[in-house]
Amino acid sequence: MAIELEFERPIVELRKKIMELKEFTQNADVDLSSEIKKLEIRLEKLEKEIYENIKPWDRVQIARHPMRPTTLDYISNLFDDFFECHGDRTFADDEAIVGGIAKFKGLPVTVIGHQRGKDTKENIRRNFGMPHPEGYRKALRLMKQADKFNRPIICFIDTKGAYPGKAAEERGQSEAIARNLFEMAGLKVPIICIVIGEGGSGGALALGVGNRIYMLENSTYSVISPEGAAAILWKDASKAKNAAETMRITAPDLKELGVIDDIIPEIKGGAHKDVKQQSKEIEAILTNSLKELLSLSEEQLITDRYNRFRTIGEYGFIQEFIGV
Amino acid sequence: MALKDLFTKNQPKKKKYATIPTEAAKNDVPEGIMTKCPTCKKIMYTKELIKNMKVCLHCGHHFPMTAKERIESFLDEGSFQEINENMVSKNPLNFPDYLEKLEKDRLKSKLNEAVVTGIGTVGGFKIVVAIMDSSFRMGSMGSVVGEKITRAIEKADELSVPFIIFTASGGARMQEGALSLMQMAKTSVALKKFSGNGGLIISIMTHPTTGGVSASFASLGDYNLAEPGALIGFAGRRVIEQSIREKLPEDFQTAEFLLKHGQLDAIISRLELAEKITLILDIHQPRGELAWQ
Repeated sequence: MAIELEFERPIVELRKKIMELKEFTQNADVDLSSEIKKLEIRLEKLEKEIYENIKPWDRVQIARHPMRPTTLDYISNLFDDFFECHGDRTFADDEAIVGGIAKFKGLPVTVIGHQRGKDTKENIRRNFGMPHPEGYRKALRLMKQADKFNRPIICFIDTKGAYPGKAAEERGQSEAIARNLFEMAGLKVPIICIVIGEGGSGGALALGVGNRIYMLENSTYSVISPEGAAAILWKDASKAKNAAETMRITAPDLKELGVIDDIIPEIKGGAHKDVKQQSKEIEAILTNSLKELLSLSEEQLITDRYNRFRTIGEYGFIQEFIGV
Repeated sequence: MALKDLFTKNQPKKKKYATIPTEAAKNDVPEGIMTKCPTCKKIMYTKELIKNMKVCLHCGHHFPMTAKERIESFLDEGSFQEINENMVSKNPLNFPDYLEKLEKDRLKSKLNEAVVTGIGTVGGFKIVVAIMDSSFRMGSMGSVVGEKITRAIEKADELSVPFIIFTASGGARMQEGALSLMQMAKTSVALKKFSGNGGLIISIMTHPTTGGVSASFASLGDYNLAEPGALIGFAGRRVIEQSIREKLPEDFQTAEFLLKHGQLDAIISRLELAEKITLILDIHQPRGELAWQ
């Protein structure tokens, strides 16, 4: 199933035209190959132009693409012997988060990630990838297990946010998120986080306190959705496009702000065009990152993570402002 | 009469004969001698209210307190020494109108940012305290709030004294985007380190404590306490009502609701707060070998 995004339309149309011409030359007796060649060159240029100048709002669309690969897609492409573990041992199994043990190129690891569905039925089952407290508590349980058995932890981040519901509040959504931030800080194993789709606020961050944080090129990470920001700022959710730009939520923006360590390049048009190829890109960076982190001692890992977050933020002192 | 006067724009304003006061106006007794309680609607002398730590004399409603008032009512007299008071926000995203809004709130609240941090004593016990003030940008957390709180935690660690935080915040500050979000992580990793060194953390949630603040340090106390009636929660009420399509109970996300659902150690009236905190601090004093006989 191919779902074209608005900004890609010129490419899709041109490609269609070339196909039509090709078909036409096959059936008719005219030779249009030089025209076709010209159009193909134009297509290449157009593709380059469009995909190299993707606007923030277009990235939001790619990040939300219904066919965008999910945590489980990457797990099956990147890891062997994945064994899924369910439940928080207290209340329920929240299917908006999946997690378990696996091997990465032979190395035992724990993998955890937000999981949304690709169709309505699966989305209902997975609550659109929006976890309840028990989801975060399951994640923490698995992280502590990884800590005990000295396995690196790999987190995939892909959620619109923690679920805003009555039951979620009753069971302590705030506490569950806060607890994860707090406990992740103290784990003695490498933690690598990769934002693969939408990184929505605290619900994303609750799996995000890692030694290294990467983002796929077209994913987003933000304190509030562009729609939410637009509604608050301009009392108009339809200005989401502007908000997407103002809020600086794309991978290049966040790299510049020092929030993430690196950008994982996406294949032309977005990860959904070829999961296998995209997985290879992730595999490369994951391998390097693991190699680097595995050489650190337990204490170094904790200090490294502390410094990672301790330094984020921009501030000044009054003297600078009045020019003393 | 000139022709242009026929147009309504140029006609003298019509006299209004009746005005119906809005709900807000009914509750709004002009500041001054008397204050009206929004809960029981009774009127009392402002002076008496302030003397009573801004707790309603009739029904116990807790009025919002500024950081300054909090320092005066909670800490031992004259014990407070502020730290990092000159830290101010920049505009990392070049967000439109952000600096102007900060300046406006600076003038209005006479604060440099939404949190005041420092060292003081309660019942004679030395502590580091961070007090959020919702009159500055709704108490929202940006880089400066995160940094000041983190430095306060580190100060408590350095001095080996308890860390007490009064939260009052609408959540992360939108105008600093993901940098605000990351302050949740920054403060939490600092608390973890402090906690690992045996530090005592007491969180006192006051009205309102929501969003990113409730989902980080506010919930990470060894003791999580709250003032009566305080609004505490992760998601906003309206957002939840929209997502579950039902009306929420009246007491939803109040301190009392949280206590009922096991999220708080206790709700403590402001009038007894210093006394109860002193009790907790006393129990946590290192006593050495002569501790118990």
